[in-house]
Amino acid sequence: MNRPSSTTALVLAGRLEPRTIESLDARRLLRRFAPPLVFALLVLGAWQLYVVLAAVSESVLPSPVEVARALINDRGTLAPSAWTTLSEILIGYGVAIVVGVALALAVSSSSLVERAAYPWLVISQLVPVPAIAALVVVWSGFGISSKVIVIALVSFFPIAVNTIDGLRSTEPELLDLLATLGAGRTQQLRLARAPSALPYLFSGLRVAAVLSVIGAVFAEWVGSYSTGLGSLILIYNNETATAAEFATIVVLACIGIALFAAVGLAERTALPWYRVPRAVPAARR
Amino acid sequence: MKALEARGLAKTYAAAGGNDPLQALSDVSLELGAGEFVSLVGPSGCGKSTLLRILAGLVAPSAGVVFLDGEQPEVLLGRVGYMPQDDLLMAWRTTLDNVTVGLELAGVSRADARVQARAELARFGLEGFERHWPRALSGGMRQRAALLRTFLAGRNVLLLDEPLGALDALTREEMREWLLEVWEADRKTILLVTHDVEEAVFLSDRVYVMSGRPGRVRATVDVPLRRPRAQELTTAPEFIALEQAVRAPLREARAGLV
Ligand SMILES: Nc1ncnc2c1ncn2[C@@H]1O[C@H](COP(=O)(O)OP(=O)(O)OP(=O)(O)O)[C@@H](O)[C@H]1O
Ligand SMILES: [Mg+2]
Repeated sequence: MNRPSSTTALVLAGRLEPRTIESLDARRLLRRFAPPLVFALLVLGAWQLYVVLAAVSESVLPSPVEVARALINDRGTLAPSAWTTLSEILIGYGVAIVVGVALALAVSSSSLVERAAYPWLVISQLVPVPAIAALVVVWSGFGISSKVIVIALVSFFPIAVNTIDGLRSTEPELLDLLATLGAGRTQQLRLARAPSALPYLFSGLRVAAVLSVIGAVFAEWVGSYSTGLGSLILIYNNETATAAEFATIVVLACIGIALFAAVGLAERTALPWYRVPRAVPAARR
Repeated sequence: MKALEARGLAKTYAAAGGNDPLQALSDVSLELGAGEFVSLVGPSGCGKSTLLRILAGLVAPSAGVVFLDGEQPEVLLGRVGYMPQDDLLMAWRTTLDNVTVGLELAGVSRADARVQARAELARFGLEGFERHWPRALSGGMRQRAALLRTFLAGRNVLLLDEPLGALDALTREEMREWLLEVWEADRKTILLVTHDVEEAVFLSDRVYVMSGRPGRVRATVDVPLRRPRAQELTTAPEFIALEQAVRAPLREARAGLV
């Protein structure tokens, strides 16, 4: 498998190594989730203490308790806004998946197409999305479609690039073997290249999930007239309703976490073979 | 009429990425009668895998011809069974689905393919492991699964590239006796590449010894030992004499005295 090497390049391209999936069991879950939860509680406690002791004004930095209160008091506004943003994200993310995978299949359909298109695909990411976002609004108006397009634009790339890497990762010897068994190109794709690309695809999906939330907020800022959480942040910011603004951010973060977790769950379900422990040492592998 | 015959095969890999063109094989001729077990030994890099890939139809020879059952096939690819050096089991398919892939590609329905595969599982020591992912198999099992995949594809001529190469010495000894049993039961024509002289003599009706690069057949050693053969045979004087007959040209080839 060709593995990306430099960490900076990794981050830039949103590429992650396909990771091995651990099996779920209670002790491991506890060991994995207990330390970060305790850490979060400590940070929240320190924050609360600081705000109270230093008597910081709520409009500058609300305490965690005030944020929680805002979360409950404003639920009538937050819930429908969350729904709006969530639908934008889900549709935009869905479009990104379809476009990213289709593009990957097209690009890797022949080595000539790949050599011609791949560098441009990478270069396309150097165009700052904010610049395009404003244009998208000009072209597609203030409705949901402009948000969907911006979200898809920022999140298709890691999906496409990872899938291309994955489609390339199949051992050529395996493709040869399949050819001796009578497999043509289509069957090689179905039997070998597509399945070996799946772990890579999921790495891309995880990065894209994060980007799609950022994209949604951004699209709402530029596109405005949305009732989504991004617009809500601007409104609360104008009103210096800082606690409510924090509450909105919390809801956004929850959407991001949920999406990320959903991808992990889908990976677990789709790739049962990927988390099997290795058998005892075979001499060569 | 020979099941498989190669005449004057040569292969020169074109220059690539600053490398000079590389002549891997020059003028290799060999033949396998139907049901024969023939081995090919030679120094590392002498072109054994290249030869097998040519015979499998994966690589076009620079010169020479390949005959199957006395005829020169229009398309060689897909006509003979081929087992590459690595087992290449697909991690995303269970053992059962890995071994049936050849049948599936031949248009056999999944249900029928599974019936055929299940009938062979015990003989290949894979019973009870059909639902395992390849990662969870031992090295020997992976190798047997790769062999079963090759056998099930139903070709009469099988090209095996170091099928036991990745295994530890003990497993190897077990596996070669087992391989003989399997071969004696259905008498496929087998051409096997190995680095192990004892293994070559033990298994084969004939051993071809190749020279160093560019590879050509340097010696042909017939092995008229009685079958069925068992492990004890390897200490018999006539066995050791045959081993010597293979080792001598091989040693010279290794030393570069082509
Ligand atoms: N696709 C290729 N392109 C260029 N050179 C190649 C290619 N495949 C093999 N070679 C070269 O041809 C020579 C013979 O290789 P081959 O793999 O056939 O040797 P081998 O006898 O099987 O070696 P080993 O015993 O180590 O498996 C080597 O020098 C190798 O570098
Ligand atoms: Mg080889």
